[in-house]
Amino acid sequence: MTSTTPRLDRHALPARFERLSAAAFTAWALALAFFVWSLQGTGASLTDFVEGFPQMGRLVGEMLPPSTARLEAVGRALLETFQMALVGTVVGVLLSVPIAVLATPHLSPHPLAYHAARSLIAFFRTVPDLVWALLFVVSVGLGPFAGTLAIVVDKLGFCGRFFAEAMEEVDRGPQEALSAMGASRGSIILCAVIPAALPSFINTSLFSLEKATRSSVILGLVGAGGIGIELKVAMDLFGYDEAATIILAIFALVLVVERASVLIRRRVL
Amino acid sequence: MYRPESGPTGLLPHGALPDAARQPPPARDDDVGDLVVRGITKAFTPGSPVLQDVSFAIPAGQSVALIGSNGAGKSTLLRCCMNLIEPDSGSVYLFGQPLQAQSTASLRHLRSQVGFVFQKHNLVPRLSALTNVLQGALARAPFGHAWFQGTAPRALREEAMHCLERVGLADKARHRADQLSGGQSQRVAVARALMQRPRFLVADEPAASLDPISGEEVMSLFSSLVQSEGLTLLFTSHDLEHAVRYAHRVIALNRGRIVKDVLSAQTQATELRTLYDVHHAAP
Repeated sequence: MTSTTPRLDRHALPARFERLSAAAFTAWALALAFFVWSLQGTGASLTDFVEGFPQMGRLVGEMLPPSTARLEAVGRALLETFQMALVGTVVGVLLSVPIAVLATPHLSPHPLAYHAARSLIAFFRTVPDLVWALLFVVSVGLGPFAGTLAIVVDKLGFCGRFFAEAMEEVDRGPQEALSAMGASRGSIILCAVIPAALPSFINTSLFSLEKATRSSVILGLVGAGGIGIELKVAMDLFGYDEAATIILAIFALVLVVERASVLIRRRVL
Repeated sequence: MYRPESGPTGLLPHGALPDAARQPPPARDDDVGDLVVRGITKAFTPGSPVLQDVSFAIPAGQSVALIGSNGAGKSTLLRCCMNLIEPDSGSVYLFGQPLQAQSTASLRHLRSQVGFVFQKHNLVPRLSALTNVLQGALARAPFGHAWFQGTAPRALREEAMHCLERVGLADKARHRADQLSGGQSQRVAVARALMQRPRFLVADEPAASLDPISGEEVMSLFSSLVQSEGLTLLFTSHDLEHAVRYAHRVIALNRGRIVKDVLSAQTQATELRTLYDVHHAAP
């Protein structure tokens, strides 16, 4: 059996790639040049990297075997770290919901409220949690409370943004239906918007808890409670075997929280 | 006003308007109509009006079918009638009250008396059928009572169950709305409208997403409510047989204008079909 393939007009076949305009070519060249310049700015050196391997090997050698001398203290610090993450996340998530409602264009009662909420979220989000921890250490003193407050503010920025986006994206049909039957704005938000956005809320909240668990370790480095301060002291005193114990404990905690959040996601969503 | 305890308890197998009922209820001199639409015009993009100078009135207890091809402006007109979309010009009077002049609270009060059944049902997907129906009472129930079935008082929950029974879905009360079939979710949407205890029912293509049997059942239910409860009904449909059989009166829209307004007893589906031919033949 023979088949005849229709002969294509050669001019009809489009080019594989669009030809770059002079402006686009210049923009790409500038971007590449900026990246190379940034690479130099970081002092990146392959020689230093390779020569650092034996040093890393020595450090690992000193870490093994991990010390069990202060297991109880490490356990307490680890528990405190998780408590900071949990309380900071829950309070932050709860406070995020009303701010996110104000930051959702079609739910906000007034354009001024919308812009104020958006600005507040952007401010909370752009200032790193370590900076918030430093500020709270100065204002409420050293300890886990300062770290918890830092996590709350960080979650306001993180969850506020994602909750607002989730509420913006939900199907407007049920909202229109409740509006057509005379429901108030508050009832529409509570009965139609939040239930529809709930899977996204839960997902974001669990991810926040994972993120807070990791960041609450770092917050300890500036005296805001948790296991971070234990790690810093161990490293400063060259107690690398004890540092190894702390790092393994942090690893186990983060792993447990991540697995638990995966299980909760599967069950709830 | 609709009272659940006073009505029939099931779907009517043959709910088309009987011959005696196909004549609309007589209009009284003092009756301005449950819905009066005067000179409505609406354009979403300048120069392309969706509705052009649309005027009509629906007296209490009358059933009206709104027909027209896709894009004729039927759904926009229904939304303008509830002020869900604000018309560019013209006015709408609901139960004698001008909608555009209402405060937020009084507009909500007027809307609460109209059960609106949407083409896409518009149920809240993650909530149970019972909670969706219960929310039909949001405008009249005390604060928080109709949010969720877990927070609702017993009387409201029983009334919501009764509404579900009326549409034959009492056994699906605990099912999530997004787990129901198209026909079931349409009937839950009807039950939610009944929960409002409406004086007026508005339905946007209520049978469009249903199989023929389910479509007949939903239209029969509407028809029985018109006959037994004296509700006013305005529905859109592409099914001209439904329009003629279940409405006292048929209004046809073409390119945003009313091109026919006729009593259903004085027309036939084949005659109405010609209106579509005109639309499709037009450039």
